[in-house]
Amino acid sequence: MRSDRSQSAPTGLKIAAAAGLAFLHLPILLIFVYAFTTEEKSYQWPPPGFTTQWFAVTWGRADVWQALGLSVQVAAISTGIALVLGTLCAAAVSQTRFFGREAISLLVILPIALPGIITGIALRSAFSLAEIPFSFWTIVLGHATFCVVVVYNNAVARFRRTSGSLIEASMDLGADGFQTFRHVILPNIGTALLAGGMLAFALSFDEVIVTTFTAGQQQTLPIWMLEELVRPRQRPVTNVVAMVVVLATLLPILAAYYLTREGDQIAGAGK
Amino acid sequence: MSVQAVSGTSNVAAAILPRRGGLAGSFSDLLWRKPGLLLFLMLAPPLLWLGVVYIGSLIALLAQSFFSIDEFSGLISRELTLKTYGDLLQAVNLDIIVRTVTMAAVVTLASAIIAFPIAYYAARYARGTWKALFYLGVMLPLWSSYLVKIYAWKLILAKEGILTWLFAKLHLSWLLDSWLSLPVIGGNSLSVSFTGTFIVFVYVWLPFMILPIQAALERVPGNLVEASSDLGASPRQTFRNVLFPLALPGIVAGSIFTFSLTLGDYIIPQIIGTSRLFIGQAVYAQQGTAGNIPLAAAFTVVPVVIMGFYLWGAKRMGAFDAL
Repeated sequence: MRSDRSQSAPTGLKIAAAAGLAFLHLPILLIFVYAFTTEEKSYQWPPPGFTTQWFAVTWGRADVWQALGLSVQVAAISTGIALVLGTLCAAAVSQTRFFGREAISLLVILPIALPGIITGIALRSAFSLAEIPFSFWTIVLGHATFCVVVVYNNAVARFRRTSGSLIEASMDLGADGFQTFRHVILPNIGTALLAGGMLAFALSFDEVIVTTFTAGQQQTLPIWMLEELVRPRQRPVTNVVAMVVVLATLLPILAAYYLTREGDQIAGAGK
Repeated sequence: MSVQAVSGTSNVAAAILPRRGGLAGSFSDLLWRKPGLLLFLMLAPPLLWLGVVYIGSLIALLAQSFFSIDEFSGLISRELTLKTYGDLLQAVNLDIIVRTVTMAAVVTLASAIIAFPIAYYAARYARGTWKALFYLGVMLPLWSSYLVKIYAWKLILAKEGILTWLFAKLHLSWLLDSWLSLPVIGGNSLSVSFTGTFIVFVYVWLPFMILPIQAALERVPGNLVEASSDLGASPRQTFRNVLFPLALPGIVAGSIFTFSLTLGDYIIPQIIGTSRLFIGQAVYAQQGTAGNIPLAAAFTVVPVVIMGFYLWGAKRMGAFDAL
């Protein structure tokens, strides 16, 4: 029998929502505590003491740097490929009508809708059938395949808001297709592409399931991390790497959020 | 009138520009005259990549599930047969499938229960800055490193970890111990039990459930809830008869993610769990150490078929409008 528009939530709902959010965030915060622990052999809580020595140790580890370097290279090239393919696909789907349009959006989403293990093993068996040896490029091929969807989602959302008459006006005023692309289309979709590119980078940087199938001897950072999880060698180094990874993925996500927040499609909705 | 028409035509004549010079210019003109060619050039690279390389790989995988392995020589025979699917129906493999589907169902249910209050609060009560904070509060864990999240739970669930400590501080160690002594869901410590696997699955997939439920709830007008209580419904009745049916497409949409992701995952049960396998681990073991690619391929068909039926059911419930 309430007629007043009470805007305050019931206490039970507040507690449940707060508890849910705490459940989502506390485990990640715990990583930050463990990065400073003096305990080497176990995951003991509370930490017996705090130290920053593990940062120096991690800094000196060549295998960590190598894995990080490979991850950055793979993510950069995959993101580049995904930017080209995703933008082309988004432009075709949003600017024109043709037979099979729906099928194309499904095709783009498929690599991420199917469990990663299926994508991984499918690519691996295709490589072995075609007798392609595992290399840096087989990793990139796998990553670019599922990064396309992130760029595509962001670009499609922006294309929908960009009026097609802008392009026609540019052409009417004498610009050729390339000039129109450079001076009209690109400035309009630029931030969406930047956001999509950052998310694609974050996605590739973090990918492990497909990578385990498409990598040979090379170790990307997630593969390195997985090795440490399965067979722990030096736990404090893993702690420090985990903390750095959390910080490194935080920034592109915040940036992507600020680039697309103005009523745009939720940037990560396609993950 | 006629003057206007004449000047109109001369304007049109002036608007027709001479052909552009240079290779780039004439290429640009060609694309404008033939939009079909432009469309072809735009679609060819992504279609070659996704349609040929990716779909081709998937078809190659499917084809291999109809091959079989010679048990003595370990060689793969490329004759089409249903023998491998027969192997899939052995009791040990059926166990794996049932275990995985049960886990996926329980994880989905728990995620929905935990996600609903967060989604409802964010959709109905959070405003302005709070709304943005809620959104980021869901997005950041969603995009945080998958392995780091699992690692964090390894720290939490370890025998010497924070959870055991917390139970001891609250003088509830007996509760934890009796839980761990239960058959099936118990184990030596939480990090080697199905309970641990379950908690980590729920944790990792929870944001995928929150976002679609929130999207569905955003579309429920607030006065609908008020009307329900004005008409004398208790909060419980309002939830059951008004909110829940309207949120259901969102819940089903979220469950597509939680269900599918649990079906295919092999890293979480490998790191936090027992030695009893899930589908993903079986695929990994069959293609790796066992070298039985046909059986691995047949195993991957299982989640695809299950998800096919699931999506078909979800579409009928209108879940895709909530995505």
